[in-house]
Amino acid sequence: MEKKERKGIVLFSEYKRGEAIKKALEKSREEILFELRESKLKGRGGAGFPTATKWNMVAAAKSDKKFIICNADEGEPGTFKDRALLLEYPELVFDGMVIAGYTIGASEGIVYLRGEYEYMLKSLNDYLEAMRKDNLLGKNIVGKNGFDFDITIRLGSGAYVCGEETALIESLEGNRGEARNRPPYPVNTGYMGKPTVVNNVETLAAVPHIVLKGGEWFKKYGTDKSTGSKLFSVSGDCERPGVYELPWGTTINELLEIVGAKSVKAVQVGGASGICIPKSQFNRSLAYEDAATGGSIMIFGENRNMLHVLKNFMKFFVEESCGQCTPCRIGNTKLSEGIEMIEKGEYTFAYINKLKELGQTMKVASKCGLGQSSPNAFISILENFKEEIFNGNGGRNGK
Amino acid sequence: MLVLEKNAMTEEIEQLVEKYGRSRSSLLPILQDIQRKHKHIPDFAQQEIARLLDIHPVEIYSVITFYSFLSTTPKGKYIVRLCQTIACDMQGKEAVAKAIERELGIKFGQTTKDNKFTLEYANCVGMCDQGPAMIVNENVYTKLTPEKAIQILSELK
Repeated sequence: MEKKERKGIVLFSEYKRGEAIKKALEKSREEILFELRESKLKGRGGAGFPTATKWNMVAAAKSDKKFIICNADEGEPGTFKDRALLLEYPELVFDGMVIAGYTIGASEGIVYLRGEYEYMLKSLNDYLEAMRKDNLLGKNIVGKNGFDFDITIRLGSGAYVCGEETALIESLEGNRGEARNRPPYPVNTGYMGKPTVVNNVETLAAVPHIVLKGGEWFKKYGTDKSTGSKLFSVSGDCERPGVYELPWGTTINELLEIVGAKSVKAVQVGGASGICIPKSQFNRSLAYEDAATGGSIMIFGENRNMLHVLKNFMKFFVEESCGQCTPCRIGNTKLSEGIEMIEKGEYTFAYINKLKELGQTMKVASKCGLGQSSPNAFISILENFKEEIFNGNGGRNGK
Repeated sequence: MLVLEKNAMTEEIEQLVEKYGRSRSSLLPILQDIQRKHKHIPDFAQQEIARLLDIHPVEIYSVITFYSFLSTTPKGKYIVRLCQTIACDMQGKEAVAKAIERELGIKFGQTTKDNKFTLEYANCVGMCDQGPAMIVNENVYTKLTPEKAIQILSELK
C-alpha cells in the first residue's frame, strides 16, 4: 500500500491527535455549533446538507440516547478519499467523532466501514485502543466530568446501497440494507429509533480543524456556497492519479492540469451516479452550486469508448440496486438492456428517447438516492456523446 | 451435519451471541464471523442464530441473501474478488481476469474442485488510482498484471 506525506490547505494541514478534543471540551456546545455554522461546512458525501443544522437538530432533541455514525461505506465508483483519510489521518476522523459526540450529547459512536476495507480494521482498532489509553475515549474524557464516549467499528458486507444513510442504519440494526422512507430522518428516528447524526468520513475530518482555527478561517477557502476544501479522488487517464485536496471552486481544467491529464475527452464527476462532462464544459467549477461531487473524478482520454464506459456504470447499478422499489430495480435493467441494443445496432431512436424519459421517471420515483441518481450517467453520456455513439457503423461505432 | 458438528456450531454461535450481545443489531457481526470461519452460513447455523436471537429463521436467510459477502453455499478457502468497475477496467482488468480464469481453471462465480479458490467480481474496491485491484479474503492487491496476479495466488497455501 502506498503511503505518502500529503500537503494540503485544510484537511491535510498539520494536526496533532487530541488537540481539537481538548479545545472543544473547554467550550460550550453552543460555541462549537456557532463555529460550525460560521464555517458553512456541508456534507462531503455528496448531498451537501449543512452539518451545523444536522448536529443542531440532534443536539436539541430530547432523548435518553443519541448516536453519531461515521459513514465509511465509501462505495461510489472512483472514490477513495476515505481510504486515504482512514489510513493516514485517522486522528482527524475519530477526533471529529468525539467532538460530535460532545456537541450533540451522544455517548456512542459507530464507524460503518465497508467490507472491502476490512484490511484497515486492525490498524483502526489499534488506533482506538491508543486513544483509550490517552483518555481521548472512555470515561470523563481528558478530565471533562460526565463526558463519556466510545467508538466501535462495524463492517459492511459488500452492499453499495448501504452508503445511503437509512440503508446503513437498517444494516447496523441487523436488517437487509434497504433504504427507509424519509421523513422521518435519522436526526429524529435514527439508529435504534434514536436521534442520530450520520456524517461522511471527510465531513468529520474537517471538524477538528474548524474547532481549532474557527469558522472564519475555514471560509477563507472555497466559494461562497461551497466553503473550505474538498478531497478529490482522481483516477483514469492521467499521469498522477490519487487523492488531492483542493479548494472548492477549482475548475475541471485546473484540476486536469494538476494531475497531468492530456487529450481528455470527458470527465465523470461524482462517480457512476454523477454526470459526464464533455470537453466543451471543462471550464465548469467543482462546487455544490455547479458540478457537485462527493469527490470522484474519473478521466477519460480521447481513445476511450464512452458506450463501454456507460455499459460498465449501468451494470454496476443493476447489480447494486437493492430491489425494493420498482423504478430502480426494473429501470436500471431496462437502461442497461438499451445500451446492449445500441451496442448491437438493434435500436430505434424512438425507443432510446423512451428510455431517456424512463430515466427522468426514475429520478423522481425512486425511493432513495441510488435510483434517483443512476440515470444521470445514461442521460448525460447519450446526450453529450451522441455523435460518437450513434453516428456511422449503425451505432456500432468504436467497437 | 453430524451431531458433534452441530453441537460445536451451537457452542460457537452461543459464544458469538455472548460477545456481540443478544439483540438483532448483532446479527451482521455474527454472520460475518461465521462466514469468515466456515466460508458460508449453513442452514443449521441460520436456525441456531434465529433461535438464540429470537428471530424467525427466514429473516436470517433474507439478510444473508442481501449481502454479497455472505452466502448460504460453501465458498473456497480464498475468495478472490477482482474489481470490475471502470477505473480498473481501463487499467487492464480484462487481461487479469482471463489469466486468473485460465490458471485456476474456473469461471467467475465458480469455486475450484479442491475448494481452495472462489472467483468473483467486486464492484469498486476503492483502489481506482492503483488498478487493476483485487481483494483476496481481506487483503488488497493493487497494480495487477496477469503475471503478478497469478504469482500472488500461487503463493497462497
